[in-house]
Amino acid sequence: MSSEVVLSLRDFRVTFNTMNGPVQAVRGVDLDVHAGEMVGVVGESGSGKSVTFLGLMGLLPKSAKVEGSGTVRGTEIVGATSKQLRSIRGKRVAMIFQDPLSALNPTHRIGTQIVEMIQAHQDLSKAAAMKRAIELLDIVGIPQPDQRARQYPHEFSGGMRQRVMIAMAIANDPEVLIADEPTTALDVTVQAQILEVLQRIQRDLGTAIVLITHDLGVVARVADRVQVMYAGRPVERATVDNIFQHSAHPYTQGLMASLPSTSGERLIPIPGSPPNMLNPPPGCAFAPRCVHALAKCTVGDPPPLVLVGTNETACVRAHELAAELAGEVVGNV
Amino acid sequence: MRTTNRHVRRRGKGVGVLRFVLRRLFWAVPITILVTFLVYVALRLGTDPLASYLRINQRASDKKIQQYIETNGLYEGFGGYIRGYFQWLGGFLTGEWPRSIKGSREVWPEFKDAMFNTLRLGLTASFIGITIGLGLGIFVALKPGSLRDSTVNTGAFVAVSTPPYVSALLLQLVFAVYWSRWFGNTLFPTSGVYPPGNQGFDLPLMLKHMVLPVTVVVIQVVAVYARYMRASLLEVLNSEYMRTARAKGISERRVLVRHALRNALIPIVTVAAIDIGAILGGLIITENIFSYPGLGMFFLDAYGNGDFPQMMPWMAFFTVTVILFNLLADVSYAWLDPRIRLD
Amino acid sequence: MTDRHAPSTAPGGAVVETTDAAQGLIKSMSPARLAMKRYLHHKGAVVSLVILLVMALFVLLAPLTARYGVNESVFQTSAERPNFNLPPQSFAWFGTDDIGRDLYSRLIYGLRVSLMIGLAAAIMGTLVGVTIGAIAGMRGGLIDDILMRVTDVFLAFPFLVTLLVARSFLSSIPWLEPVIGGITSVRFVIALFVIFGWMPVARLMRGQVLALKEREFVEASRALGASNTRIVIQHLVPNSIGPIMVALTFSVSGAIVAESTLGFFGYGPQPGAGQTSLGNLVGQAKGALLPGYWWLVVFPCVTLVLVALCVNFIGDGLRDATDPKLDMGAK
Repeated sequence: MSSEVVLSLRDFRVTFNTMNGPVQAVRGVDLDVHAGEMVGVVGESGSGKSVTFLGLMGLLPKSAKVEGSGTVRGTEIVGATSKQLRSIRGKRVAMIFQDPLSALNPTHRIGTQIVEMIQAHQDLSKAAAMKRAIELLDIVGIPQPDQRARQYPHEFSGGMRQRVMIAMAIANDPEVLIADEPTTALDVTVQAQILEVLQRIQRDLGTAIVLITHDLGVVARVADRVQVMYAGRPVERATVDNIFQHSAHPYTQGLMASLPSTSGERLIPIPGSPPNMLNPPPGCAFAPRCVHALAKCTVGDPPPLVLVGTNETACVRAHELAAELAGEVVGNV
Repeated sequence: MRTTNRHVRRRGKGVGVLRFVLRRLFWAVPITILVTFLVYVALRLGTDPLASYLRINQRASDKKIQQYIETNGLYEGFGGYIRGYFQWLGGFLTGEWPRSIKGSREVWPEFKDAMFNTLRLGLTASFIGITIGLGLGIFVALKPGSLRDSTVNTGAFVAVSTPPYVSALLLQLVFAVYWSRWFGNTLFPTSGVYPPGNQGFDLPLMLKHMVLPVTVVVIQVVAVYARYMRASLLEVLNSEYMRTARAKGISERRVLVRHALRNALIPIVTVAAIDIGAILGGLIITENIFSYPGLGMFFLDAYGNGDFPQMMPWMAFFTVTVILFNLLADVSYAWLDPRIRLD
Repeated sequence: MTDRHAPSTAPGGAVVETTDAAQGLIKSMSPARLAMKRYLHHKGAVVSLVILLVMALFVLLAPLTARYGVNESVFQTSAERPNFNLPPQSFAWFGTDDIGRDLYSRLIYGLRVSLMIGLAAAIMGTLVGVTIGAIAGMRGGLIDDILMRVTDVFLAFPFLVTLLVARSFLSSIPWLEPVIGGITSVRFVIALFVIFGWMPVARLMRGQVLALKEREFVEASRALGASNTRIVIQHLVPNSIGPIMVALTFSVSGAIVAESTLGFFGYGPQPGAGQTSLGNLVGQAKGALLPGYWWLVVFPCVTLVLVALCVNFIGDGLRDATDPKLDMGAK
């Protein structure tokens, strides 16, 4: 894992024009993804985690306005022409989606769909591309790939289909693979298999992976770093160990506390619900639900990510809370 | 010539569809018999073939009347109906059709002519209408909610709500009555295949006579297919695999044609197969207004006269056509959509 | 018969990840209110509803809104001033017909009869269709199969032909006559349409039953011991009310058009007692073409198209309003 940045987002914003007005789904995301690392982007529904990357790839409907900067090794994608976008999609940045059944065209054979991906960016004959497609199916662990390539999506199980999606995504050896909730629609045992495939890809092909999920368990298992999102903004970012062992943002802490544990402690849910993105509250969006919130949390711009110890966190009270935790006397408010 | 190769198992298309077709054909025969039998009973009860015969041939001798009864199997009673039906069926299949009640004319020659006329009209109108309709549907589905979308939608809606004979009447009004008044000549004739007294085959003349009736049918067809295509394409365009296709970085044209269109056409093809049968049927009204001697006129005349020997072949022909087209629709759907296999 | 695969959109697939819970007003919206709100978005449907209501008003207040009786001549005919086939003018807004009757008034009375026929046929046909469809869907098996195949064939037949054949057939059954009247009565035509109208509705209902039968709330109901009939009445029908209403609406326009088609060929109802129907009036249009009495053609046709169009628009609006796929307003 080198420290070369392959994907970089700066002040990335997405606004939807809806019947009821503009909805700010993503309100300023910064992120650097390094070569060969797996970054977990975690958040609940509505946090903007998927929309960020869909917007980056230009896959949102026309009612979505994308602003800010998103670069792939220096090449700016935001505002790129469709021709430029097309040369990036599938070749330098690939994406897989949550429900592989509806994400694959039901009337095309699997092999054909992978061949299409290959021929879009490589100059190979159909036969050569098909051969490569079969190799890819083998890499992701699909048995009898030459026969399976002639089958249709509905003839595969959920886990197999997701493997097919992964095979398709790595066909052109992309630098970044964005996996949008790849395990959410799968059984737990199959989840583990898919994560293992992703890890192998990361290790053997050196592909950077952005793993979008709402499941902390998934992230704990395979990610190197984690970015937690809430209400369209990142609220915490750190290595996976640091997130789990000592999270700095009250939201992250709340998430951890609401996870069932084997020690049988009571589940503590976070009270309230996420805000309405039509009218996001001023200041910190989590403040209405936060036990540590003070008046200063609800004014001004949403707080930026600031390094507090080992974690970057978007909480203006982070230092104070850390100090409290360490048992020192709290200073002025 | 099927070799079972253990390395490459050929599943899917060939075998599955064949079995599917055979099963459907297997059912088609009894259903045809059932339906034609029901029709036979309905016609015999409803149109009273004997009374109609007597009405038309008032001075027929007893011998002729008896002959008529026997040739047509008009036996009374429940058993008589069954016997009569099978007699008719036998005659129908062997080509020995009873003659019409009007002047004992043979049914087949007139039927054949009528059939060709209708086929010409129907197929031309279908072809033109479906092509334009599908094109329009694609055109507006790409920009839903736009002005052109609303215009086409409303237009299609109005066209569908207008019964074909209304458009026919209005067209006739314009072209038959007023055009000649205003312009002195008849641009598009409004009746018949040829002007009366024409001999032989004259293509331009025939085409001129076909213009108006074809237009009436085309209006309907375009409206229906434009809406079908729009709905189908919109549903496909909103599917998730469209997003995957775009994420592959292939050209937008390829996305639209290979993914969107291909999938959108599947349900339309199956509907089209059945619909063409319906179009041919709906021509009845149009034919009547334009005095076009096709199957529609054939039936209406026969019905008006209570001409049983003419009506039965007509109904049988249509039943078989309908069932065949249904079968065609099912088969094409199974062929095109890999999710539908072996029923 | 040909069921299309409906792609399931998992929550993660929805593009707009907004939740409008908690903050802001939570208005309680029953499905009916939601549907009504959506209906009002469909401009064509709203306009049509207004037009249709105005028409209905005209028709109901007939003796007031019509200018003459339905069989009344405009004025006494005489050699110097004949009263037949007059073009529209001050005393006869839509002109007169071949025996001097005012077309405008006749149109109003005729529309009344036709609307009645349409509504009656549609409502009864829908009731029958829903019942049969529900039974077919719940029982399944061979009966269901045969029923569907046979209705398939009849539905694919040219409409006019089946209508005419059924018409002859019905009139030939002697014991039916007291119930549904003679072949030219209004009752007969309604019965005829009911016999054909139930088929598409039955297919629709059957489809709904099949789709909903396996849903959890039905299972739950069964677990509580509900009988099949109860399940149908309490759960399946209310949940299908949207498509049923849409089908009902289209049946109305279908019946009205069918009635005028029959009338056009002269096989329509002769309502008797000097009444008339839209079909009747359209039928007279045929003969009025050649001599160029355009008003006898244009006005009945335009009325017919207008009514059919409005009813169809309303049906379209209802369909949009109750379409479950449009449930998430996100676009």
